[in-house]
Amino acid sequence: MGKYIIKRVIMAVITIFVVATLTFFLMNAVPGGPYEAEKSISPAAKAALEAKFGLDQPLFKQYITYMKNILHGDFGPSLKQRGRNVIDIILTKFPVSAKIGGISVLVALIVGIPLGCIAALNRGKIGDSAIIVISTIGIAIPSFVVCSLSMYIFGVKLKWLPTMGLKTWKNYIMPVFALSFYPTAYIVRLMRSSMLDVMGQDYMRTARAKGVSQFFSLFKHALRNAILPVVTYVGPMMAYTLTGSFIIEKVFTIPGLGGEFVSSITNRDYMMIMGTTIFLASLMVVMNVIVDIVYKIIDPRINLK
Amino acid sequence: MKELNKNVLSFQLNADDFLPATEEEKESLVVMRDSVSFWKDSFHRLRKNKVAMVSLFFIILIMFLSFVVPSFYPYSYSAQQKGAENLRPMTYSKAEQELIDAGEKVFPHFLGTDKLGRDYAVRVMVGSRISLTVGLVAAVIILLIGSLYGSIAAFFGGWVDIIMMRIVDIIYTIPDVLLIVLISFALKNPLETLSEQAGFKWIGTVGPNLISIFIVFALLYWVGMARIVRSQVLVLRESEYVTAAKALGATNGRIIRKHLLTNCIGTLIVTTTLQIPSSIFTESYLSFLGLGVAVPLPSLGSLASSAINGMNTYPYLLIAPAVLISLIILSFNLFGDGLRDAFDPKMKK
Repeated sequence: MGKYIIKRVIMAVITIFVVATLTFFLMNAVPGGPYEAEKSISPAAKAALEAKFGLDQPLFKQYITYMKNILHGDFGPSLKQRGRNVIDIILTKFPVSAKIGGISVLVALIVGIPLGCIAALNRGKIGDSAIIVISTIGIAIPSFVVCSLSMYIFGVKLKWLPTMGLKTWKNYIMPVFALSFYPTAYIVRLMRSSMLDVMGQDYMRTARAKGVSQFFSLFKHALRNAILPVVTYVGPMMAYTLTGSFIIEKVFTIPGLGGEFVSSITNRDYMMIMGTTIFLASLMVVMNVIVDIVYKIIDPRINLK
Repeated sequence: MKELNKNVLSFQLNADDFLPATEEEKESLVVMRDSVSFWKDSFHRLRKNKVAMVSLFFIILIMFLSFVVPSFYPYSYSAQQKGAENLRPMTYSKAEQELIDAGEKVFPHFLGTDKLGRDYAVRVMVGSRISLTVGLVAAVIILLIGSLYGSIAAFFGGWVDIIMMRIVDIIYTIPDVLLIVLISFALKNPLETLSEQAGFKWIGTVGPNLISIFIVFALLYWVGMARIVRSQVLVLRESEYVTAAKALGATNGRIIRKHLLTNCIGTLIVTTTLQIPSSIFTESYLSFLGLGVAVPLPSLGSLASSAINGMNTYPYLLIAPAVLISLIILSFNLFGDGLRDAFDPKMKK
């Protein structure tokens, strides 16, 4: 187990390194630059800015400098937001997105898993059909539709909920609803089908035959085995959700990392792009390692090599 | 024939067993019905699935609306009518009202008009044409690249597999928004110069962004398909009939074509069908970011996103594209589910 984790961490570092390298060169290969769009800047000022951030150096030298700095934990200054470090920006924006994202993942799990189980246990009955219909519709509605419709109905027409900012707990209701909408529906479907699969297994029949109570056999045998696909899905989903959704942040005016990332790409804030990409990739890789370990805890039969 | 004295325990054969078969006996061996092939069986099961058939009906209906109807619809998606801006559904502009009062017939604006005075119904239909095209083309690209990549990785195994799958992991880790924005920026100039050359005029009408969306799909989204195909081929590769084929001297190409592909085809069809809604989803998301199709061409995503900006005054503009996109995704999902059930031999009753 320990050896496996070490191996995975080494692999993860290599993956992040490759992703960082690819992003660096791809980003620089694309025509345009951080100060191209700003017409107000004089050529002299532009040259001075580029010299200040080392953008006038040959590309390969820039790359070496950047990688060296990263190894020292220095992600550099933002090219667009003067006087702010990339790390500072990420550290102020990420908690905002992570809070909404974390609550959404929890909601999706708390609502999704029981509903999926209920549907599987009542297979073919009205409850099952109702849950299937709702969850199928749930995965078919794009998030911007959910966002804007809930915004229009609850925020503008009924005025029940505030439409922007994150001041009170009420502000969280709509973004969390919109962000957890799709994952919840997806988890319900996943949970239902894997639960049905597990309930047809021989060990379930054996458990019932030897007199294990319905409740106990469900929790001890069925749920534990059926939850594995959900764990696989939740890992990467969590990485994406925690770093924030651009659409939800735009519609509800939330100062999160998702919006920051997209605007840094369109602005060509090279340092911000690199910082956020590495951050997102690391989160993703860490989540995958955690998923594997959780797998091993849930199902001891799985052999981690 | 004379009965032979036969010891019960002897191996001596019974001569009666060697008499020619009578007509009656022959009849029992005649094949009464054609044997049911895999395809026939699957389509039979699909036809019995009501939900799948209803979704197929909706898919065909939406395709008819978006590909056929706009060509003879009295309004065009780009024509702006002066004085007919921001009409509510089923209302007429002043000029049109005068024509009606004069006894002429005016085709109604079923869904009203947008802020530039363009008929909204035809824009929604053309928009769903773009969304469907994106979905279908992307699905084909993903199918081709993903299945080829996945089957090569799984078939050769060993270090080929390891390297190919690491590449998949890396592509999976790069945030897709980053690549899409960068690629569409990078392709903008080359595609625009290309569209000025003869024979490539269509790029201008389709919009460089749409082309870059396809390229992005081709570069990014095949990884899921590759993983699925790889795991499928890994299982099939170890099956007995492939070993038998190998023992009989079949070449790699023949094994891939005759055994692996034919056995994967159910999974391939299902995954491709389920890929269509997710491509449409992504396209609408990109249009929302402002990276979608070029104006004045509409897509369902760009229609919805521009409707959101004016939602407080004209909420009805959001309903049609939102409902249609949800309906398209829903019917493809349900049809894909139906296909999966039909192609899965385990679901046989």
